[in-house]
Amino acid sequence: MNQQEIQTQQKREVEGRQESINAARSFVPPTDIFEDDHALIVVMEIPGIQRDNVDVRVENNVLTLEARLDYAKYQGLKPVYTEYNVGNYARSFELSGKINQDAIRAELADGVMTLTLPKTESAKPRRISIS
Amino acid sequence: MATYSDPFSALLALQRALDSRISSGWLARSPSGMGGYPPINIFQQGENLVAIVELPGVERRNLQIEAKENTIRIHGSKEVTFPKEVSVHRRERSVGAFDRTISLPIPVNADAIRAEYNEGILALFLPPAESAKPRNIEIS
Repeated sequence: MNQQEIQTQQKREVEGRQESINAARSFVPPTDIFEDDHALIVVMEIPGIQRDNVDVRVENNVLTLEARLDYAKYQGLKPVYTEYNVGNYARSFELSGKINQDAIRAELADGVMTLTLPKTESAKPRRISIS
Repeated sequence: MATYSDPFSALLALQRALDSRISSGWLARSPSGMGGYPPINIFQQGENLVAIVELPGVERRNLQIEAKENTIRIHGSKEVTFPKEVSVHRRERSVGAFDRTISLPIPVNADAIRAEYNEGILALFLPPAESAKPRNIEIS
């Protein structure tokens, strides 16, 4: 298999419209978004985050993910050489279509969060038959 | 040793500690292998070294780790597949092959290296080789 080599992506910091009350920095997770006839699927990379520390919600058509890093794991570790920083993750997307909020599914595996946002019946594409 | 027990400033203290060691000279003289991916942080934990590598979404079968004396090689591939018949709106996650070799400034005991992969994080616990451990010198 001849694959291209991965380039390291610099972590992007969250630049909110308002400043957060927390002085610590948050990062923007790299995200893939695609949709089929039934759902919008949002895939975010949040390495190092545990299931219980993720909050996903949809409010006024805005999808928000917030993930808190459990930094207790770094207790007793003294950095000697570093190439990346760690922190919380946060990202919001404005949704254009109508989403069935009660049926949103979230799966977290190997640091990758997959959100499946089913479309409401009225938002699904309809095939128009020509009479 | 830094502690991060105060919840109010803990994360900020950790971030500052990591920043202060960004690309420190610790690995500078070693060849950095073929590529810069994946990014690696190296910590000291007692007498052991711990390398923490962010590798979200890599399947274990696509991840290989080799160790020889003071050289660690991490290679594999990261795959992202989209189902057929979808329209893709955004594509930010990186995909492809990676191959990285780092040479540590001290020899490690290759047989005793422990690797864990959880939540997209690879942690390598690297005990120093017997020859690299400090010895008490008796004064005669």
